[in-house]
Amino acid sequence: MKPVAFDHDCPVTLEEAARLIARPGARPIAGGQSLGPMLNFRVARPDHLVALAALAGLTGVEDTAQVITLGAATCHAAIEDGRVPDLPGGVLSRIAGGIAYRAVRNRGTIGGSLCHADPGADWLITLTALDASVLTWTPSGGRMIPLAGFVTGAFRTVLAAGEIVQAVHIPRPGPGFGWGYVKACRKPGEFAHAMAALLVDPARGVRRLVIGATGGAPVLLQGVRADPACVGDALAGSGLGRVERRMQAVVAARALAQATNGRVMPA
Amino acid sequence: MAGDGIRAGDTAPGNTGQGVGHSVPRKEDDRYLRGTGEYVGDIRLAGMRELAFVRSPYAHARLVSIRKPADAAHLVFTADDLCDVLPIIANSGLPGFKSSAQPALASGKVRHVGEAVAVCVADTRAEAEDLAAAVIVEYDELPALSDMLDAARPDAPLVHDHWGDNLFLQTRVEADLAEIARTAPVVVRRTLRTARQCMSPMEGRGVIARWEARLEQLVLTTSTQMPHIVRTGLAGCLGLPEEQVRIIAPDVGGGFGYKGILLPEEVCAGFLARHLGHPVRWIEDRREQLAGNANCREHHYDLTAYADADGRLIALDADASVDAGAYSIYPFSACLEAAQVASILPGPYRMDAYRCVTRSVATNKAGIVPYRGVARAGVCYAMETMMDAIAAETGLAPHLVRLRNLVPADAMPFDNITNKHFDSGDYPEALRRVVAAIDVEGVRRRQAVQDGPVRLGIGFAIFCEQGAHGTSVYHGWGIPMVPGFEQAVARLTPDGGLELRVGIQSHGQGLETTLAQVGHEILGISIERIRVVHGDTALTPYSTGTWGSRCMVMAGGAVATACRELGERILAIGAHLLQVAPDAARIERGQVVCGARTVSISEVARTWYLRPQELPADVCSGGLEITGGYKTLRDTGTFSYAAHAVVVSVDTELGDVAILDYAICEDGGVLVNPMIVDGQVHGGVAQGIGTALYEEMPFDSAGQPLATTLADYMLPGATEVPALRVDHMVTPSPYSAFGQKGIGEGGAIGPPAAIANAVNDALRPLGVSVDRLPITPHRIVQALMDRCDRGVS
Ligand SMILES: Cc1cc2nc3c(=O)[nH]c(=O)nc-3n(C[C@H](O)[C@H](O)[C@H](O)COP(=O)(O)OP(=O)(O)OC[C@H]3O[C@@H](n4cnc5c(N)ncnc54)[C@H](O)[C@@H]3O)c2cc1C
Repeated sequence: MKPVAFDHDCPVTLEEAARLIARPGARPIAGGQSLGPMLNFRVARPDHLVALAALAGLTGVEDTAQVITLGAATCHAAIEDGRVPDLPGGVLSRIAGGIAYRAVRNRGTIGGSLCHADPGADWLITLTALDASVLTWTPSGGRMIPLAGFVTGAFRTVLAAGEIVQAVHIPRPGPGFGWGYVKACRKPGEFAHAMAALLVDPARGVRRLVIGATGGAPVLLQGVRADPACVGDALAGSGLGRVERRMQAVVAARALAQATNGRVMPA
Repeated sequence: MAGDGIRAGDTAPGNTGQGVGHSVPRKEDDRYLRGTGEYVGDIRLAGMRELAFVRSPYAHARLVSIRKPADAAHLVFTADDLCDVLPIIANSGLPGFKSSAQPALASGKVRHVGEAVAVCVADTRAEAEDLAAAVIVEYDELPALSDMLDAARPDAPLVHDHWGDNLFLQTRVEADLAEIARTAPVVVRRTLRTARQCMSPMEGRGVIARWEARLEQLVLTTSTQMPHIVRTGLAGCLGLPEEQVRIIAPDVGGGFGYKGILLPEEVCAGFLARHLGHPVRWIEDRREQLAGNANCREHHYDLTAYADADGRLIALDADASVDAGAYSIYPFSACLEAAQVASILPGPYRMDAYRCVTRSVATNKAGIVPYRGVARAGVCYAMETMMDAIAAETGLAPHLVRLRNLVPADAMPFDNITNKHFDSGDYPEALRRVVAAIDVEGVRRRQAVQDGPVRLGIGFAIFCEQGAHGTSVYHGWGIPMVPGFEQAVARLTPDGGLELRVGIQSHGQGLETTLAQVGHEILGISIERIRVVHGDTALTPYSTGTWGSRCMVMAGGAVATACRELGERILAIGAHLLQVAPDAARIERGQVVCGARTVSISEVARTWYLRPQELPADVCSGGLEITGGYKTLRDTGTFSYAAHAVVVSVDTELGDVAILDYAICEDGGVLVNPMIVDGQVHGGVAQGIGTALYEEMPFDSAGQPLATTLADYMLPGATEVPALRVDHMVTPSPYSAFGQKGIGEGGAIGPPAAIANAVNDALRPLGVSVDRLPITPHRIVQALMDRCDRGVS
């Protein structure tokens, strides 16, 4: 379980990073918490690894009345500890604190997590529910990609070769929003076998339910369909067995209960 | 043998706080906690190169060809290159046993995923893996046997072509149950299954082999529980006389049985070190461990219990299969597990009749290796499930059914239906104590009013654990290793320190401390000056090693014997120095004492070694080094026992199980170090929780293991192990040196039974049960959904 031989480059600017990543056999590495095991299993066999975690362009944060922007290299622990802006009620902090265990959170990054696109990744599911987008960077310019369309399947994204995720934009929900996030795991910090995140944002007329750990891209249900009763149908073609589908409906119901907390909230 | 002055207890250990019965901190923890322990992986030798194995990706295939990379052919070795190396053979003497030959490197066929096919040598492990990836092996895949019940069918493909079937062995304990079956008021049946598990010590396996030209000796440093047995087995495979093989076990990071085995990797490394002339090292990684070595615990039971209306057990009828994997492993063989099932299934209970058929079935998996508790974890789960089944059928409380059937204290010692000789104890009292500890009545009251998705359940398990059993027991199983006298060397150093040399291995049990406590108990030398030397065949007397909860009884007894004899010699010399008759003196607190006059043991040692002119010519020609041999007064074993009681909550929507309370009452006889015993119980329970709720290596129909990373193979961690409450009873064994009993395995035995019973207690009102381990969320929800589909009846 040792990786193949590779070079390790530590660029200081995005331009340099992009140039290094453009080489054949090159691959970016952020926290290495997903790529590391893939290297050890030799599932990933890069010639060059290009380190992103210390790039200035990927570490900044910004907070406005509308949007929180977190640099892609922000680690889970920084979010958990409240060292970066958060939504009301510590929504982001609680998500971060539920990922793996602290050693992983110290290194793993929000951007790396999204790019890795594990079907059970916490950020992927929750940020999709929060209607976040990623901002990417290439030498010829970047783009804003809503997370709802970012992932095309398990471990697959719409990112082009060499395209770097620079930041994550998280819109601030309106006043009185409700949030629920429930995952079913064998052990705390283990990847979940059922997960549901639900945002109810009456001020903006938004209601989004996202089901994760489906084996593929997150399943987004909006408006009146953002309802636990719709989960079974939504997952009919997912390949999940009936037990797993049932569990997904259960966590969705519990997420809804969390989000509404007894309140009646219109879709 | 021992003089009056030096019997255990006379030294008033209560005064020194270091003898038998004291929770002294573990001597070895200083280096462990500072990270200065030395494991195989920490050792670097000049010129040492690394090994990586090419392993079979198939469970069952014919080897068609192996092509070595042209530029590195001399660094790749296959079975053809291991000339004169013999396969590992571990036969059982039980009649009808079929022998398997486990090659160091596969030849002809591969019989499980992960079996070594070739070995590659390079400067680093990564380069050795590069080389392994460049070896091209052509396989002709054969139908694989991934399930023992399929493998036992008459038309199944064969793991060993010349056998004719896939049974290592079938055994029968016969009884005519026809009349009982016709008349018994209560009949309960269950079909149960336990999962295949992968033992997971913190440190995996690892080997360094070096040929020492000066001594013409192979020195193999390996992470093992039984250095002397590895030496015997390895010498045989390599065709070396045993004096040309030395085995060193440095710090060993956990064993649990995983390291109670002679490995093909050890044979390969030993051969290569000699052949290549430089040291070689192999360190097992988790991938190799999980993909190739899920090798324990897999049982299948069909059980029928007959009882009367009061819940008294009349008879048990059992059909048990053990998935023994492809090869009979050395030294325990493929049959130890099933032989144990047959002999201990009745547990701590009385019954009138017992019938049991066992099968040790060969499949395309790694050969079965005994894991902490060996068959007992499965057996206890099976028997305790039947106790709850009888309770449910008769409407009696589960603990009352057990109390009705347990061997009572006044029947001890007791020979049970399979002739196990229970040495001592009060089994019902242990159960009563845990019943009280978890407040059964209170939980029952809460159960009566619950209505939400979360349900409470109570579960019990009680078992006894034979440990330190010796010649007569193992001779009967006829495996390559039958323990006899255990030996220890006690050697006084010229400055009055005591070295205790033992052939057992301490890999977490704290024996460097507890054996020193025994030495202290006899001689009064402070444990700071007592060094326990183990883990090296060149430095220690022969021993079968550390397994079967035997060390505290056997090595403890041997150390006591050696120290007593050493004490005689110390007395003889010391009496001379005091100018008194030897029988007028005694040993107390590290001194020879006569009235008010004393001479220290260190003075005795200094005089004998360095100033012999002060002694008469005939004093103590044997010197101050003794090899003492020891057997228990009866070699049928000590029987520690324990009752476990657990309260769980089950989330019936998601299938999650939470352990709310866990109480244990155990009796290990006289506890040499109660703190260490508690540690053994805690660690064992953690593993038992793994068996109950988490650990499972599933295989697909092609024999592929499906949980080959720690993301898939669930091990319990800190968050899964609740605070345990451990209560002790102390019933000395009449057969051991201090009344101590083997207790190393018990913690792992009870939890699967207790937790399964608790979960099923919670589910019973909903009309379902889960009849296989581990009890996963999926299995619970599945059972409830199936029940729903069938409609409530
Ligand atoms: C034991 C363990 C348990 C875990 N449990 C969980 C869990 O419960 N929930 C959970 O969500 N996650 C879990 N993880 C994953 C963890 O959150 C990872 O940190 C995360 O998935 C990847 O982040 P990273 O920064 O480590 O990315 P890396 O491993 O460095 O990279 C991952 C992938 O993304 C690419 N990449 C990284 N950054 C960028 C970028 N800015 N632009 C473009 N491509 C990029 C890399 O090339 C690589 O392909 C666990 C990990 C471990 C080791």
